[in-house]
Amino acid sequence: MMRVVFAEWRKLRRPTLFLGTLGAALFFTGLTNTFLYLMIDSEQGNGDRGRQIGREVLNLAGGSVYGFSSVGGLLGIIALCVFAAQTAQEYTYGTLRNLMVRQPGRVRILLGKLIAMKIFALILVLIAALVSIGISYFLSDRAKVSTELWFTSEGFQEIGKTLLNVSISVIYFGILGMVLGLLLRSPISAISIGVLWLLIIENLIGAVKPVTLEWMPGNQLSTIAQGGSPELAYSHALILGSSYVFVGAIVATVLFSRRDVAN
Amino acid sequence: MSILRFARYIAHMTSLAISVKDLSKKYESGFAVSHANFEVPLGTICGFVGPNGAGKTTTIRMLLGLISPTGGTAEILGESISHPEKYLSSVGAMIEGPAFYPALSGEENLKVLATLGGFPIERVNELITTVGLAGRGGSKYKTYSLGMKQRLGIAAALLPNPKVLILDEPTNGLDPEGIQEVRDLLKKLASKGTTVFVSSHLLSELELISEYIVMLRKGEVVFAGTMKELLLQQQPIILVKTENLADLNKIVEMAQADGHHATIRSEVAHIEGPAEWAGTLNRRAFEAGIVLTQLAPQLPNLEETFFEMTGDRS
Repeated sequence: MMRVVFAEWRKLRRPTLFLGTLGAALFFTGLTNTFLYLMIDSEQGNGDRGRQIGREVLNLAGGSVYGFSSVGGLLGIIALCVFAAQTAQEYTYGTLRNLMVRQPGRVRILLGKLIAMKIFALILVLIAALVSIGISYFLSDRAKVSTELWFTSEGFQEIGKTLLNVSISVIYFGILGMVLGLLLRSPISAISIGVLWLLIIENLIGAVKPVTLEWMPGNQLSTIAQGGSPELAYSHALILGSSYVFVGAIVATVLFSRRDVAN
Repeated sequence: MSILRFARYIAHMTSLAISVKDLSKKYESGFAVSHANFEVPLGTICGFVGPNGAGKTTTIRMLLGLISPTGGTAEILGESISHPEKYLSSVGAMIEGPAFYPALSGEENLKVLATLGGFPIERVNELITTVGLAGRGGSKYKTYSLGMKQRLGIAAALLPNPKVLILDEPTNGLDPEGIQEVRDLLKKLASKGTTVFVSSHLLSELELISEYIVMLRKGEVVFAGTMKELLLQQQPIILVKTENLADLNKIVEMAQADGHHATIRSEVAHIEGPAEWAGTLNRRAFEAGIVLTQLAPQLPNLEETFFEMTGDRS
């Protein structure tokens, strides 16, 4: 299994992929934090879906990572795209047959790829967290936000908790991407269907019938990153989100193990 | 007695690199491979030929555990294809052309496969030189010409230092020099004991290097055995050209009157019959006032035999 991990890592570490993905992650991290602090007094809101996040929230111990938890959903979508592309491209390039000749254990190939991509995603999350906290600290003065509680022991606990939640969320998004890649066998189809669903369809359905958001997979995973939201409890999001991911992963694994490799 | 027969059977089976018994793959549209039977002895070069869509790639994919057969079985190096993990570490393969990651260099692509298979990374540079890619190993795969891609595919197949090498159209896209290099490489590998199972449309190349031939037609094995046996099965051919093209029909009629099958292809009469009959034909043509510009008895080559047995002239 470790051989699969190392082989996959050789593909993931190439500069265009790694730096390109990191660039996208940092762009969204910077954007979200900038809006959060520079529009703190805006009547249009400064948070997700136009929410108003005031100084009383950002002054708290978890204030340093509030922006980071908000960007968790977008980091997840980036992970979904990377995981989906890395999985589906094996079919479009025809390289899956090479992998299987060198490693006939199909489940091993899947797990090895998943572990390597998880490591990739966790490195991105860690860097994004550091940059996010840095930007928040840098903009806090201008937004008149107090950082007194941010780096206390309670503050570090909040940082750890948020890091864990965002990591779970990003990995879950990534697994969904991998499932789409395995089912659709085309990077373009997997990414476009995944992004279309998460960014447009879920939001459209949610706008028409808000109660459905309680059951939408993308909303569960974004809520996990935020550690819960006023509309959705963390435990509900974690259980339902995990269930979606688990069922998807099982279906994809069974299909992958049994399906003929004909391309 | 039965112990002796069993011992003979074991000795026979252990002398085989590939053994295929009643192997079938059926799709909704019909059989891609139907009840295929053939054996490839260790250390030989075996050509695998058949028209497009005959089932060659499907057979190769089944041998490599990529698709499951719907019937029959096969063994590679004595291990059943239902457990590919038991033999694939000793098998090198290139299936349906080379397939690599375009954004990685040739060298990095090989390193991915070497890491995956647990082969020494140092072998990558050695193989890049072996297949004639020295100096281009660091270039991205997407910048390679078709011939270079093909060479990289062969290098990847050689990574495990294979006991059995399965190649699907390895000379596709190569220039004449490259084709000769591949031919020499395969001969060298076979002389060191590697079994080479190679499919190709370059029948003249296969004829030069193969000791064994497996011929498929519409998913069925129409011949499996030595090249010598195959060519001996075929009638010798007499090629006839006449000064006057219109006389070719008369030549065909003369052959048919004596019970020989004859056709005209590309302004040449092809008559199936023993070489001695060429003398009879020469005499009769002279008597009929026909001037022959060519009268050449010859044994059929693999290409002729292939067309004869598969009925494929595409």
